[in-house]
Amino acid sequence: MTITVNGATTELPENNSRTIDSLLEELKVSQRLYVTVELNGEILDRDAYESTLVTEGDAIEFLYFMGGGC
Amino acid sequence: MALTETQIERYSRHIILKEVGGKGQQKLLESKVLIIGAGGLGAPIALYLAAAGIGTIGIADADDVELSNLQRQVIHFTPDIGKPKVLSAKEKIQAINPDVQVRTYHEWINAANIMEIIRDYDFVVDGTDNFAAKFLINDACVLAGKPYSHGGILQFVGQTITVLPGESACYRCIFPTPPPRDAIPTCSQAGVIGVLPGVIGSIQATEAIKFLLGKGELLAGRLLMYDALKMKFRDVEIKRNSHCPLCGENPTITEAEDDLSLLTVCDLEQS
Repeated sequence: MTITVNGATTELPENNSRTIDSLLEELKVSQRLYVTVELNGEILDRDAYESTLVTEGDAIEFLYFMGGGC
Repeated sequence: MALTETQIERYSRHIILKEVGGKGQQKLLESKVLIIGAGGLGAPIALYLAAAGIGTIGIADADDVELSNLQRQVIHFTPDIGKPKVLSAKEKIQAINPDVQVRTYHEWINAANIMEIIRDYDFVVDGTDNFAAKFLINDACVLAGKPYSHGGILQFVGQTITVLPGESACYRCIFPTPPPRDAIPTCSQAGVIGVLPGVIGSIQATEAIKFLLGKGELLAGRLLMYDALKMKFRDVEIKRNSHCPLCGENPTITEAEDDLSLLTVCDLEQS
């Protein structure tokens, strides 16, 4: 399965039951509990991470908290 | 009011730009920008906005200058250690450009004072270092319909977005709720390369100037991310989120409120 993650083409093993939540685990995304996921241009509700399936061609952005300014 | 001869000379490199011109420079001189935070981001923002001839610059910060600030907060000098940051910043702004009126707010912004403080300004720039302030500024600016620039930095990475309330995505469209306290490291815990706030703050100052001039494409609806180690910029389109608790279809946040769970900030922890 080919998807785009943070602008980069990413090959993943075929898996029809891969959710956004399991993708976060699989890709070892940092700040996993707090990261915001944008799926195909729309911000995804956090409570949908477990129920939303990753499908061929998806464009996914991980958006991270950055609190500094100091 | 027409530009004086001295002003025509001072701003000559602006005035020859067709996007600025004499009229644009006059607009800048009649504009009011509020900078919240006189630290890493606030320093370049204040220096460049002062040099650009923003007529009124407000600057809010309750901290005093510390030795560990000087690696990046370029508006403060070694002899300023111990001085309120807003006073140190005011002195530099006035030394750069006597055209600028400086208003200082030697206090932490909070839900009780923010609406009153931002009211008079055309544009607000967030240069704060903690999520309580960042969410409060977003909420207050969106509720007041005040355009603002958000900036955040950590270690070698930074991000910024310009928010046009009611038109483009706000910070809560991306992050509906703040992270739990201590979940995300601060600069004092994790470090920050000194030039990083110079890059992000300069972009924020550029956005303020473009907004005031009404020129170019603002960083609205786009989150710009910068990685200094990879030396890469990327921007991601951010649409307004219909579920946003602040500017979505069924907002649950209708007034600026302090998030008490977040009120400990890195600089407070240090002092």
